[in-house]
Amino acid sequence: MTEPLVSLSGVAKSFTLHLRDGMRIRVVDNVSFAARPGECVVLGGPSGAGKSSILKMIYGNYRCDTGTIAVRDGAEIVDVAKAEPRRILALRAHVMGYVSQFLRVIPRVSALDIVAASAAESGLGRQDAWCRAERLLTLLNVPERLWSLPPGTFSGGEQQRVNIARGLAPDRPLLLLDEPTASLDAANRAVVVRLIEEKKKAGVAIVGIFHDEDVRDKVADRVIDMAAFATEKAA
Amino acid sequence: MNDAPLLTARGLSKHYGPRIGCEAVSFDLYEGEVLAVVGESGSGKSTLLKLLATETPPTAGSVHYRMRDGAVRDLFALTEAERRFLLRTDWGFVRQDAREGLRMSVSAGGNVGERLMAVGERHYGRIRGTAIDWLGRVEIDGDRIDDLPRDFSGGMRQRLQIARNLVTHPRLVFMDEPTSGLDVSVQARLLDLLRGLVAELGLAVIIVTHDLAVARLLSHRIMVMRHGRVIETGLTDQVLDDPSEAYTQLLVSSVLAA
Repeated sequence: MTEPLVSLSGVAKSFTLHLRDGMRIRVVDNVSFAARPGECVVLGGPSGAGKSSILKMIYGNYRCDTGTIAVRDGAEIVDVAKAEPRRILALRAHVMGYVSQFLRVIPRVSALDIVAASAAESGLGRQDAWCRAERLLTLLNVPERLWSLPPGTFSGGEQQRVNIARGLAPDRPLLLLDEPTASLDAANRAVVVRLIEEKKKAGVAIVGIFHDEDVRDKVADRVIDMAAFATEKAA
Repeated sequence: MNDAPLLTARGLSKHYGPRIGCEAVSFDLYEGEVLAVVGESGSGKSTLLKLLATETPPTAGSVHYRMRDGAVRDLFALTEAERRFLLRTDWGFVRQDAREGLRMSVSAGGNVGERLMAVGERHYGRIRGTAIDWLGRVEIDGDRIDDLPRDFSGGMRQRLQIARNLVTHPRLVFMDEPTSGLDVSVQARLLDLLRGLVAELGLAVIIVTHDLAVARLLSHRIMVMRHGRVIETGLTDQVLDDPSEAYTQLLVSSVLAA
């Protein structure tokens, strides 16, 4: 079997709320799992179990209290839990992508530019980046008349689909998906399932959260039960 | 990934008598990296910027800078001529008040061209051509080239200041609250312009701001200052989304979501 692209070992996370008299909230404890190329690992469990926090720790968006998060960058293994900011930024550029259901809108940048720029970030040429952006926006049923407009004024669903296009446009070996299909209609959910399958075939390792059982059953190779990483809620 | 830092600050302190301006600040800045320094007024962030830009000498500590020829120099041991050369060519400084960063009695084209002449360009036609090109890049109509900045709006002055600073292709640009004092819509346009230019030119930037949204949009890394000290530092989105220090949590939770 091939080496994992991401491997977590003994990862724990808690939040200390200084504005609430230092109240400590323990989120997860002793998280250990790995994802290999072409494999989709789904984190399962009720909301509040810390699924999103795990994805955010892998992406370096949340700090990790203990443990290691080993991400493979070519021949090198980087521990995100200890890496310098610029090393994490380099991983984000070339190795790992993160897709949530929310689009952070930047004023004045058009939908097509957002998606194409995202594709280009991972090293695609300008022409290829544009072609891919057009294909994804078409597949995800974003009307062509909207492509040249900044998505600030789009409906919630349209923004979400632009965000999925942006997240799936780049070629990166590791993809973190935080409920990208939440509140999508059936037709668009099916498109996302197809795009995820394409990614798996291309050898991308995926760690995802899908509340929709139908989507989960179609894309998951393994479901990891978050109950294994549970902690007492307050310490 | 193992290239040398562009700028290295170690133990940088500035005391004004018994009062602490900033205390024991250390960090490395690499080419193409945007570092935001955030904190409330009086936190020492502007003092730090003045020290780094060699506008005031430190009480203790050092700043080293890798020159274009690769030599690493102690900034406080430069001759006055070397320091001026850096300021005019390899560095830019975008100030909060454009009137301090521009020459208000010189035309827009003159403001841009002056920096070019400082690096030895003498050909009038080329200077004017480059000035028009840069006015265009900061979205100022070429036919305003002979107008004085005092006839410009606040947003236009700020864009002109950016053109004046970037025309010599500096490697490091200091920015002191470049968007505050502007209307929100004008701010958005300026931020978008800055974001594009910084990425396109691969600039290293040290930006002082009290606006966490500006830091999030522009910077890779963030340093939170309080009472002259750096209390928290890290990847910008990590510090803003998962702040660990009490004061940073207070700052982040005090922002109104629009």
